[in-house]
Amino acid sequence: MNYTFDYGWLLQYWPVLVKGIGITVELTLVGGVLGVMLGIGCAWARALGPRGLRPFVAAYVELIRNTPFLIQLFFIFFGLPALGVRMGELEAANLAMVINLGAYGCEIIRAGIQATPSGQFEAGASLGMSRIQTFRHVVLIPALQRIWPALSSQIVIVMLGSAAVSQIAAEDLTFAANFIQSRTFRAFEAYFVATLIYLALAIGLRQALRGLGWTLFPRRSAR
Amino acid sequence: MDEFTTWDILRNLLLAARWTVLLSLVSFIGGGLVGAALLFARIGSGRIGPSFVKAYVELFQGTPLLMQLFLAFFGLGLFGIDVPAWLAAGVALILWSAAFLTEIWRGCVESIARGQWEASSSLGMGYLQQMRHVILPQALRIAVPPTVGFSVQVVKGTALTSIIGFVELSKAGTIVTNATFEPFTVYGLVALIYFCLCWPLSKSSQILERKLNVAHRNH
Repeated sequence: MNYTFDYGWLLQYWPVLVKGIGITVELTLVGGVLGVMLGIGCAWARALGPRGLRPFVAAYVELIRNTPFLIQLFFIFFGLPALGVRMGELEAANLAMVINLGAYGCEIIRAGIQATPSGQFEAGASLGMSRIQTFRHVVLIPALQRIWPALSSQIVIVMLGSAAVSQIAAEDLTFAANFIQSRTFRAFEAYFVATLIYLALAIGLRQALRGLGWTLFPRRSAR
Repeated sequence: MDEFTTWDILRNLLLAARWTVLLSLVSFIGGGLVGAALLFARIGSGRIGPSFVKAYVELFQGTPLLMQLFLAFFGLGLFGIDVPAWLAAGVALILWSAAFLTEIWRGCVESIARGQWEASSSLGMGYLQQMRHVILPQALRIAVPPTVGFSVQVVKGTALTSIIGFVELSKAGTIVTNATFEPFTVYGLVALIYFCLCWPLSKSSQILERKLNVAHRNH
């Protein structure tokens, strides 16, 4: 192997990387928060919602979980304008991530809801709560707590999957690496640095979600 | 320029889907073999083996598959060989699948009761004998549904290889779109083909899981 590694470009191009990291973090934050909210809504609809709604949610979940994120992204960004729905690359990227996480989150959260003992529902009803109130005040938080580790890993997976949004020219970390390698011809080094940053982001995100879990569910986790 | 009918589009996509299927099979089987080797190192009693596999899994599960594809593509090139896209795609997907499969299977092996290890060891069995006669036959039953479920991730993962230039279903979708200017139809069909590949796998994973649970309850 007669190749000398050269990381000299880092001096000049680090602001590009920082900007890319910012976009990736932003996409993950927006996608994570909205995606989990969508997941909660769909999980409610699928487990407890009106019967007429359930097949539609099921179809959405199956469709998203059985197609690649890249194709979902392309369909939203390139396909939807044919129907008159136009959006920028960041909006498309965010929308794709929300829809994607919503489907996976739905299945994970539903498992948490369905593990709720039926006495909890009856207790809520006996206190005069409506079904929605029971869900909101009695069922949801313990359900989320039960599946928090699984939901956390899914959010990390969505963050890592967001590397694909560079393909619709959303200027995330992967886009930054592409840009740098096209300028410096140091492809391996550029992707190597980006990979290490992704690894750090994944580890950091995992820790942050664990911390969030402790603050969201203080009572039970104190046991 | 020739006009493309929907049938032409579908035919071209289906022809390209063969490569998606082939790459998925190679990655899944190759990943399974590497994953099995890693599993033995992970649950063995050595000192270096387990921590090496831990680091390996962390590395592959903590970084985007797309980056792994880029690194395989440009990394293999550093050795002075001209790397075809299919080679980089295969290598990256095999290593990536191995990390996930090894982690899935580790969970299955660890779910086997401690007493099984102790009992077989009290019969004078060595590590490989324990694995062969006691642990693996039981772990295998538990491992089937999540393994089938992971094959869906492999099929979907192959879509990313289009980015390094491997012409499979996704890449064909882009090429056909550029020729027909009908992204809605083309990507819709591409999604449909992926769905037809993945959904039976997802479904059978669910059915297998239910069957296994029933068997479990009857013990």
